[in-house]
Amino acid sequence: MAATERHVRRRRDPAPARTRVVGDPVPGAVIDFRSVTKKYPSGDLGLQDATFSVVPGEFVFLVGSTGSGKSTIIRLLIKEIDPTYGAIHVAGRDLGSITRKRIPNYRRNLGVVFQDFKLLPNRTVYDNVAYALQVTGGTRREVREKVPDILRLTGLSTKLHSYPDQLSGGEQQRVSVARAFVNHPPLLLADEPTGNLDPETSVGIMQLLYRINRTGTTVVVATHDNAMVDRMRRRVIEVSHGSIVRDERAGSYAGTESTREFAALMRDEVTEPRTERFRARRRADAAADADLDPERDADA
Amino acid sequence: MRFGFFLREALRALRRNAVPSFAAMATVLVTVLVLGVFIPVVQATTSGANEIRAKVVADVYLKAGATKRDIERVRGIIANDTPGVGRVEFISKEQAYAEEKKRNPEAYALLGTNPLPDTFRVTPAKPDDIVRVRDALSPISPSGARTVVDRSIDEVRNREEDTDKILSATRVVKLTMALLAGLLVLASLLLVANTIRLSLYARRREVEVMKLVGATDWFIRWPFVIEGMLVGALGGVLAVLLLAVVKIALVDPLAADFALIAAPQTMNFPLLVAVLIGASVGVSALGSGLSLRRFLRV
Repeated sequence: MAATERHVRRRRDPAPARTRVVGDPVPGAVIDFRSVTKKYPSGDLGLQDATFSVVPGEFVFLVGSTGSGKSTIIRLLIKEIDPTYGAIHVAGRDLGSITRKRIPNYRRNLGVVFQDFKLLPNRTVYDNVAYALQVTGGTRREVREKVPDILRLTGLSTKLHSYPDQLSGGEQQRVSVARAFVNHPPLLLADEPTGNLDPETSVGIMQLLYRINRTGTTVVVATHDNAMVDRMRRRVIEVSHGSIVRDERAGSYAGTESTREFAALMRDEVTEPRTERFRARRRADAAADADLDPERDADA
Repeated sequence: MRFGFFLREALRALRRNAVPSFAAMATVLVTVLVLGVFIPVVQATTSGANEIRAKVVADVYLKAGATKRDIERVRGIIANDTPGVGRVEFISKEQAYAEEKKRNPEAYALLGTNPLPDTFRVTPAKPDDIVRVRDALSPISPSGARTVVDRSIDEVRNREEDTDKILSATRVVKLTMALLAGLLVLASLLLVANTIRLSLYARRREVEVMKLVGATDWFIRWPFVIEGMLVGALGGVLAVLLLAVVKIALVDPLAADFALIAAPQTMNFPLLVAVLIGASVGVSALGSGLSLRRFLRV
């Protein structure tokens, strides 16, 4: 983007007015976003006025095209970046009040899985998982007890002494899930965990995440794997151009897009912005509190 | 337990990054080698210059009729009341005559009598103080002529031309050496820092992952610092061994024959070794720790 263009855009849509954060965090929520806005120094808008909360034990999909703000949400949650405005609470803790020094401590209470696995290349599978324990000051006994357990759970018992570059993509992602879960964190974040994997391997990874979710861990998965989202029918939060445009308790990937709407999109016709549609529907939902029928979306 | 863990981590990193580690070690080795040769050279040169500067003296000539009491009084003035004086040496008429006669027998044979005065040879504590000493013993009167502080002193001379030459020449030599030494140390630091940064750059992803898993800065840093210390120690020890071989095989046999190489005021070898190894370990450890800072901001 040229500098002038960016400048023009900044002038056209000025930063949202610093109004009061709406409402208090939902009590007992694992994740609570209140009017969170993130503007990158380059002037790009990462997230705009996002408000949502996730209760313990939920399994949430964050969907949206690339650049929509999914990764911004994940990066905000691991406190890699700070919001420009708004408040984020994780397990009742205000992320804004965590000092730089305390960030490592905070991150130990999260499990994070990345699209590119982010394994340590010069360590074996066993050592990669063990590192997450050693970081927290885990003793050698603890490592010996927990690591084989978690590797058995993720189906890697035979690969203990392999290095990451000797593993397939699916296996590497299993290692990274194992590493994320070895501390049994209350919250597990996954940023495009199946982005680099084929559909069949993806099922295995999702299965793993689902199994982890059933142990009571809250799982948030950012993905654009529509097949997976449609099949699992869990809560879906859709992000588009930095705004949350959809939040359904058992949604599908594409929302309620009819064939005709899709055809219009293909012809590049200007349609009503989705944000508006979402707001209108939310108003209707609030009025009728319509119970969501998963089948309805599937037929669309 | 903690230290053991960090040490194991450092050794693992060394094993798995053999080539960059070797490059860093080679850099340290070469740098230490150059410094190890240069430090004694600088010291020999400066001590040589200092030796020459020590020859800067002021001669205090006494009047012809000076008695023993006069001599003692003047000695007291020079030794106790004049600031900046290092050493005072009394050369009597007879001594001076004998000396000069030895140097130029025919001329003194012609003279017959002894025309030389009693002399105090004053060596200043610091060569640069010579002018101050001279001015103290022979202040300039308001009229512009030189007077003397005691009536038995005839004249104070500091062999001006020689002194100026010696002082300025040795100053240039010392400055040049200091400048060269400074540049060399700077170059070594940059070289080592750059090598470390390169090998760290290759591993910045690893550091990023560690941070994301929840490692504290020092938890990540210690293995790197220990690794740097090991690399520095290895490079330093190898360089010192090479230096020792060169010293024993080449310099020591020559030193017996040439006074120039012997240079008694240079640092003795064990101290030099300690300084070099200490510096290489310190610089490497510090370099690793500091270079890492950039990558720790995740």
